[in-house]
Amino acid sequence: MTGLLVALPALLPLLAAGLSLLVSRIRHAQRVVSGVALSAVLVDAAILLWIVDSHGAVVLRLGGYPPPAGITLVADRLSALMLLVSAVVTVVVMLYALGQRVTDHGRTATTSFHPVYLVLTAGVMLAYLTGDLFTLFVAFELMLTASYVLITRGVTADRVRAAMTYVITGLTSTLLLITLIALVYAATGTVNLADLGAKLSDVDPALRGALSLLFVTVIGIKAAVVPLHFWLPDSYPTAPAPITAVFAGLLTKVGVYALIRVQTAVFAHQDAWHVLLVAALITMLLGALGAVAQDDVNRMLSFLLVSHIGFMLFGLGLFSEAGLTGAILYALHHITVQAGLFLVLGLVARHTGATSLRRMPGGVARQRPLLAVLFATGAANLAGLPPLSGFLAKVTLLRGGAVSDTELGVVLAGAAVVTSFVTLYALARVWVIAFWGTGREGSADADRSSGELAPVMTTACAVLIGVGVAMAAFAGPLSAVADRAATHVLDVTSYRSAVLGGEP
Amino acid sequence: MPINITLVVVLAVIYAAGFYLLMQRSLMRVLLGIVLVGHGANLFLQAAGGPAGEPAKVGKALGAASDPLPQAMALTAIVITFAVTVLLLALAYRSSVLLKDDEVQDDVEDRRLRRAPETEDEPASVISLREGEP
Repeated sequence: MTGLLVALPALLPLLAAGLSLLVSRIRHAQRVVSGVALSAVLVDAAILLWIVDSHGAVVLRLGGYPPPAGITLVADRLSALMLLVSAVVTVVVMLYALGQRVTDHGRTATTSFHPVYLVLTAGVMLAYLTGDLFTLFVAFELMLTASYVLITRGVTADRVRAAMTYVITGLTSTLLLITLIALVYAATGTVNLADLGAKLSDVDPALRGALSLLFVTVIGIKAAVVPLHFWLPDSYPTAPAPITAVFAGLLTKVGVYALIRVQTAVFAHQDAWHVLLVAALITMLLGALGAVAQDDVNRMLSFLLVSHIGFMLFGLGLFSEAGLTGAILYALHHITVQAGLFLVLGLVARHTGATSLRRMPGGVARQRPLLAVLFATGAANLAGLPPLSGFLAKVTLLRGGAVSDTELGVVLAGAAVVTSFVTLYALARVWVIAFWGTGREGSADADRSSGELAPVMTTACAVLIGVGVAMAAFAGPLSAVADRAATHVLDVTSYRSAVLGGEP
Repeated sequence: MPINITLVVVLAVIYAAGFYLLMQRSLMRVLLGIVLVGHGANLFLQAAGGPAGEPAKVGKALGAASDPLPQAMALTAIVITFAVTVLLLALAYRSSVLLKDDEVQDDVEDRRLRRAPETEDEPASVISLREGEP
């Protein structure tokens, strides 16, 4: 029974995607199918987190093959936490997208959005649950192929140009991932993460280091680690707001999750890894500085997204319990707040008819006070002002950096503080230009429709921003779970015995 | 594991040619590069599976059989690269219709931001950005 719970988050959206295509001609059917499937995944993820947190990791062996042969799905605290938060984001973003769709095109229009979005969800969920490297590749492909389609829907010259960069970069990293799998298989004869961890310990350390580094490079492209981030600010902002929000919230974080999972379970680093820490340092600073230089608000947010990936790498690079707890908390916080901010700025762009700060008429705070409150809360959260969830995650990370045995930990903690201030500056700039002032009546462009804001869209934003606040309100239990998750992730032998069964 | 030198040399050539094509500006060449590296990666999976042997079927002795796992993985990878190649072809076609050529272009916003300090003599401060204000 618990095994079924592990399979459902990946299986349900995939089945629903097929059903969604079948019923595309019936009024409302697509919306109902997506709504039911994604809500079910959300409930499932919540139950899974509760089970996993009280009884330990749940393992499902597909087809009954004994591991390491066959496909294994594993849910431990880390995957369950990521599942739950991602499920919240997928549901909320779908509501927003529906609101936008209905406002712009009326209720009757059928759309290819639903099936593709469901496939994307299935890919994301599968990536969190997979117990072997090859299924991780399949999950990435499921997710990325769906994202290729989402980013090119409604093709305009702009989107085609952006999508080309996006697809080619994605494909290159995919091909490198296959190469990596081949190399790993040649070295060990297995792709099961738990089994790999055991077998790689006999392999020459130099080869192990090289494989580990190649994995960081491959996933670094997907997770947008500087200097492999170049594609992200060029491609994300061209997509419609809900799609950018779900990409920004989930896709890069799946990469971060894969890094955390594989670097701990397979390569089992014991001490702080300087290569990753330096990458984190550069990512944080360059991303934030890039954000300051931008004029388009979506590009600015994309650079901030890149910058804040650095925080998670920082936590992972320490390879200590405190650091990893911080990285997990940061990932959870960042998924909601980044998606939330993209949605809010999507609403601002609809209201004012501009995404460029130069053309922002200003005065949104007076015309739309609710939007201003949502943006201010989200921005303060991303910058890490107390008492919001960003502050909680950052404090945990900084503590991890300060107590680490390498001096680089302290340097990174300093850089993290600087980055937070630069983030605050970049967001404050948007606040001053777009929200303050008297403003004039917004002149919506033709392709951004009426500029009308459906209540459901504002509600969706409010829910996501509200989740960020709620995370701070429940900081105690949340950090306790994250702490247990980090302990379990670092305790490689318990992961191995859970997956492979029997012998530790 | 015994290494098949011929395969290794072929792989090296395919990867080198594929990545060379990936660096080109024309989308058609990039596409060919992706197809080539994709083939290379699948071949690499085969090479990683060890020497050739009997087909792995139920009832055969395991020792003589070739490793079926990399073959299964390569099959999956082939399907995926095929699908994405088709998508990229469609994109290349759309690009040639919309943009009149199939070159991969620089990002417009990047170029505009780079030029910005030269074209505008005003300092890039917060207030000066509000050029639309009355």
